[in-house]
Amino acid sequence: MLTERLNTSKYTFFDKLLALDFFLIFIVILIGGISVFAIHSTEGGEFSYYTKNHLIRLVSFFAMFLFLSFVKINFWYRNAYLFYFICLFSLLIVLFFGVTANNSTRWINLYFLNLQPSELMKIAIIVCFARYYHRMQSSDIQSYRFLLIPIILLVLPCYLVITQPDLGTSILIAGSGIVVIWIAGLNIKYFIYSSLLLLVSFPFIVSILKPYQKARILTFFNPDRDPLGAGYQIIQSKIAIGSGGFFGKGYLKGTQSYLEFLPEKHTDFIFTLFSEEFGFLGSITLMLLYILLISRVISIGFSVRSFFAKLYCFGFASAIFLYVFVNIAMVVGLLPIVGAPLPIMSYGGSSMLSIMLGLSIAMSCKIYSQDQISHY
Amino acid sequence: MQSRSTNVQKGRIISRRLFMLAAAKILFLAGITSRLYNLQISDREKYEVLADKNRIREWKTPPQRGLITDFYNKILADNDRVFQVHLSLDEIQEFDKTLFRLRNIINLSNNEIRKIYKTKAKLKPWDTLVASDNLNWSQFSKLNLYLHELEGVKPVVSSSRYYPYGSSLVHVVGYVGEASIKDIERMDAIKENLVPGLKVGKSGIEYSNEKNLIGKYGIKRYEVNSSGKRISQLEHIKESKGTEIKLTVDLEVQKFAQNLLKGKAGSICAMDIYTGQIIAMASSPTYDPNKFTHGIGHKDWEEIRDNPLKPLVNKSIAGLYSPGSTLKPLVALAALEFGTIDPEKTIKCKGHKNPYELYGVKYHCWKKQGHGFMKLRNAIKQSCDIYFYEMARILGVDKLSIIAKRYGLGSNILKNVYFDEKKGVVPNTEWKKNALGKSWYLGETVINGIGQGYIQTTPLQLCLMTAQIANGGYKIKPHILFDKNISFENAKLEITNQLKNNSLLNNHILEDREFQLYEKLYNRPENIDFVKDAMFGSTNEQYGTSFKSRFDDLKYQFAGKTGTSQVKRITDEERELDLKQSQIEYKNRDHALYVAFAPYKEPRYSISVLVEHGGSGSKAAAPLASKLIKKIIDRHKLREQTRKANITLA
Repeated sequence: MLTERLNTSKYTFFDKLLALDFFLIFIVILIGGISVFAIHSTEGGEFSYYTKNHLIRLVSFFAMFLFLSFVKINFWYRNAYLFYFICLFSLLIVLFFGVTANNSTRWINLYFLNLQPSELMKIAIIVCFARYYHRMQSSDIQSYRFLLIPIILLVLPCYLVITQPDLGTSILIAGSGIVVIWIAGLNIKYFIYSSLLLLVSFPFIVSILKPYQKARILTFFNPDRDPLGAGYQIIQSKIAIGSGGFFGKGYLKGTQSYLEFLPEKHTDFIFTLFSEEFGFLGSITLMLLYILLISRVISIGFSVRSFFAKLYCFGFASAIFLYVFVNIAMVVGLLPIVGAPLPIMSYGGSSMLSIMLGLSIAMSCKIYSQDQISHY
Repeated sequence: MQSRSTNVQKGRIISRRLFMLAAAKILFLAGITSRLYNLQISDREKYEVLADKNRIREWKTPPQRGLITDFYNKILADNDRVFQVHLSLDEIQEFDKTLFRLRNIINLSNNEIRKIYKTKAKLKPWDTLVASDNLNWSQFSKLNLYLHELEGVKPVVSSSRYYPYGSSLVHVVGYVGEASIKDIERMDAIKENLVPGLKVGKSGIEYSNEKNLIGKYGIKRYEVNSSGKRISQLEHIKESKGTEIKLTVDLEVQKFAQNLLKGKAGSICAMDIYTGQIIAMASSPTYDPNKFTHGIGHKDWEEIRDNPLKPLVNKSIAGLYSPGSTLKPLVALAALEFGTIDPEKTIKCKGHKNPYELYGVKYHCWKKQGHGFMKLRNAIKQSCDIYFYEMARILGVDKLSIIAKRYGLGSNILKNVYFDEKKGVVPNTEWKKNALGKSWYLGETVINGIGQGYIQTTPLQLCLMTAQIANGGYKIKPHILFDKNISFENAKLEITNQLKNNSLLNNHILEDREFQLYEKLYNRPENIDFVKDAMFGSTNEQYGTSFKSRFDDLKYQFAGKTGTSQVKRITDEERELDLKQSQIEYKNRDHALYVAFAPYKEPRYSISVLVEHGGSGSKAAAPLASKLIKKIIDRHKLREQTRKANITLA
């Protein structure tokens, strides 16, 4: 094992380059390219503010993704908890010094970028839990003692994010964490119990939600309850998607978005815009690309040797699925509108940063797939 | 260091969990795919419609109102070009600021500003507000000059109702005004055509013929964005014009009649005695309908509303008056038809010292010194009340009412053309029992005989009565909306046929019943001739009450009957005083009436003149009638030519 570890350090740069998952990179470029066109369309075909920003972010974060891919997986393992706590600390900073927009305080002003730490937390929680379960014996996983810590680690950021308020990201963080716990092998009964508990306490949760969050949930069950208020977004989104038909209305011809009926078309509703212009066919194709992306990350997970990398890759892949699923289910009206961006496609620096960071860790897993993680 | 076997076991667990997760993912993906299928393929059409509903918005353009013309196709109600300012509320960023600037440019008054804010509160954010609907040219051109700095302000050249002859025809044609909630509820056509600032008929023919006149709105279809801003025009369906309505009225005669009444309160009606075409229907005082088109000012409105002479009342059809002596030819006709009077019967009128007495009540003749011995013809000619008291007493009110109704009294003449038309009252014993719950007194019959008492008629009814006597006693259909199916030739033909079949149709002629068009109304034609001859005497023979107003020229010669109807019971003291009309308070003065037909030899027209509180019929009404008749006959030739031209055209 020691020799194997030493093996890695003997990799030449060229070896590492060859070890890159080019197919994954290709898919990222493809989705990234589509996203540029989609954002371009939100501006009615003009190359202006949003498109420019999005393109700059895409290119720079993509470069960062490639660059960070060469960071050794050991680095992430070693600094997993640090990473988590930095993110948690940032969330605390947000709580006290955050930048407020649209009645929610989510950002830290970094001058070149308004960073949204909750987005980074989505990755940090996976890294953290992957490390936590890396060395744990299957038998230990089931014990309450070892279950308590991840629950605390999960509840803290979720609570901080929910108070921003940002229900969507909070759900995604929770989902990402739970998925890692699931993959690590926690007994199914815990999941059944807790979901039953969730179901029972649902009315209570609803009662402590903010009025607008409550409205969203009620609206989800009946969008026509307030068609110009809380129900407006989902109604308009469904109209846009539905009117797209099989082939779509064509690029730059989506009337719903062009005539500004579609809300938040740059961010949460970017799929709606894409679906309106490219129809059922386009939507399925885009979803297929995401499936390829996810399956590629999963296949990396199968190729790695360490549990940390494995847990990370499987966890991250499931998290991407969660992001994509929640976003699309939301815009087609299968889930309440909670505010969750579509990875890569949605306009937004932090979301782009976190997904690229996540991918670079996965890529690092691939490059250093044969590394065994040493125990410190 | 973990043992290899536990590691293998852990790896297996992880893989198993991943597969379970993958299965769940596939389920979720299937869910999303089927949802997309539902939205984009199954329900596509539904959502396409919804998307179009979102992006397409229609604006109605106001319909063009149909024109109203007179008999000679002279336009009485026109559509005039007007300059308007429209505010597109969706394009105006700061409404207050824009309005303030607009106010400075076109000089809006505080009142107008208040009105604009009031209207705005009722409109939707993408509606158009008509800020001013009648700018003059200088305001309009000034506005165009400053337009670049007024976003959302649109100068519009639109059409609006204009009445070139204004007050001369307002009672005939009516006027338009902004559609009210009542108007919208009244008619679907108005509801359908409703656009901001739509003008609809408020009275007269404009009101009753709204359905035909209103036309059809146009549509401008625009693509709009979510805030309602117009992006592009997709379609423009042009509005269409309402049907043109032709009247039987002769503008010249109407103007002339209106002029005759200037400074007086009253009515003048003129009718073709064969076709029933109404040639003029004037009512005085009058007002300018153009003032109503763009919303009448408070002061103007008060002036019209509070005028004691009641300009808003169309006196020809909505003014009810005792017919006075103008009823006498009809009373005489009734008595002759029922055979209750021998025209040779002589009655002595002994003047005020020896009045007619019935059950201790005294009934006076209008002539203080009395008429002396009177036979029927003379009694009509000189309008002797005593003779008619006695004749009415013998005839009875029920028989009189049968004849009065058949000659056109007591019912609506123009039916639905004027919503304010009144029926009047032709009393009989039954009517009194129903209406007042009392039984009839003979004394009431007596005063009924001289057109006083309960009997109430409109001037147009009197005109129709005269027409149906003048044409020899045949039923005609008076109308003011030109009807090409009714012609003079046809009427003449029908009447000649009736004359030929005279003997056949004598049964039940004196019953109270409905009559067909051109059906004879008389029992014996001699009776009609007798009455006409007596009316001739009244105008053209010495001692006749309207002798002074006669024409000796056969072309203009007419026969008529004066009437002076009391508005107030004359007390004995007043009779003692024997005041002149000018010495009595205006509102207590008698109404002056006159009915006539002309030319006497071959009558074609009948007229009625009423001057409210004008004094005696012979002095106040007959001279007007005389002038009117000359005017009508002077224009007869032209009317005939036009009529014939119309026939050949048709």
